[in-house]
Amino acid sequence: MTYTDELIEAIGEYLLRLADDRMILSHRLAELCGHGPILEEDIALTNISLDLLGQAKLYYEKVAEMSEGEVTADDWVYFRDEREYWNVLLVEQDNEDFAHTIVKQLFFDVFEMLLYGEMVNSKDNDLKAIAEKSIKETKYHLRHSHEWMLKLGGGTEESNRRLHDAVELLWMYTGELFYTDEVDEILVAAGIAPDTSKFRDEYYNTLNKILVESELDKMDPDAWMQSGGREGLHTEFMGHILATMQYLPRSMPDEKW
Amino acid sequence: MTSNNQDTQWPLWEVFLQVKSGSPYGHVGSLHAVDAEQALQNARDVYTRRQEGTAIWVVPADAITASTPEDSGSFFDPANDKIYRHPTFYKIPKGVNVDVH
Repeated sequence: MTYTDELIEAIGEYLLRLADDRMILSHRLAELCGHGPILEEDIALTNISLDLLGQAKLYYEKVAEMSEGEVTADDWVYFRDEREYWNVLLVEQDNEDFAHTIVKQLFFDVFEMLLYGEMVNSKDNDLKAIAEKSIKETKYHLRHSHEWMLKLGGGTEESNRRLHDAVELLWMYTGELFYTDEVDEILVAAGIAPDTSKFRDEYYNTLNKILVESELDKMDPDAWMQSGGREGLHTEFMGHILATMQYLPRSMPDEKW
Repeated sequence: MTSNNQDTQWPLWEVFLQVKSGSPYGHVGSLHAVDAEQALQNARDVYTRRQEGTAIWVVPADAITASTPEDSGSFFDPANDKIYRHPTFYKIPKGVNVDVH
């Protein structure tokens, strides 16, 4: 297909959104490296973190490629400020406890599964290829988070309560996953990006099914939802994440080891 | 959780990997998990990160009956002096064609 300037600009913006979501969630999971509840789970979370980092890298590199070598993937990650990050608020939320970590992951995994399920039909060959590669990873991430939902929900009174608290807190961040603006409209019309509104019902039906299986109450898809991340307006956690994540390359630019 | 745990850890599972389709499963190590599904997932995460295998068995460690070091004398020493049990002990008569793989 031929790309107009308008399309190229929209793709660039869209890729950064996809990349930032995965980068920040990857970083959140990486924070748990060495702090997992047991050795095996520590490795599981780190594996997922690395998968997401790999996906983010593919998107950043494609943007870098499109910008004709002026910026690198590292520039996007390490030298942008909070207001220039477009990730959804869900992924930057605190790990808090293991239940929060799992619920956050589940909310993201179910969405990602549906997104990639559509993106494999993208008319952009790179996006199509990334989706085909990533959907296998995502399928496993979902299997992991789903299994933990069942275990924590059906576990002890305390694990069920913690899971419940996490769902209550994080639910309001799910709406933003379906955020759309002119960037999405242009790309959906061109057959490049999936139309997320097509699977919104399926997303919430799937989540509610898992909540019931996990001995929790259903939640309301039409409840009030928090947003802002896609416009660069983040929660109090974001600055701390970037401070940790960007400290080294900013204090020692171009350092190699 | 089973009651035969001697500590506060989750039950122990032994992990066997098949390197490629058709080849035998080999023991690669052990891990802790609360049930079979989690043991399978943990095995995938811990033991197949570098493409070490294409299929996994997980077995509850307490389902395995093992010989003990005390058994080794009576179990294995008697085979010491029975070299005729190796096929290489026998000379092949002239005129017999053998395909050596």
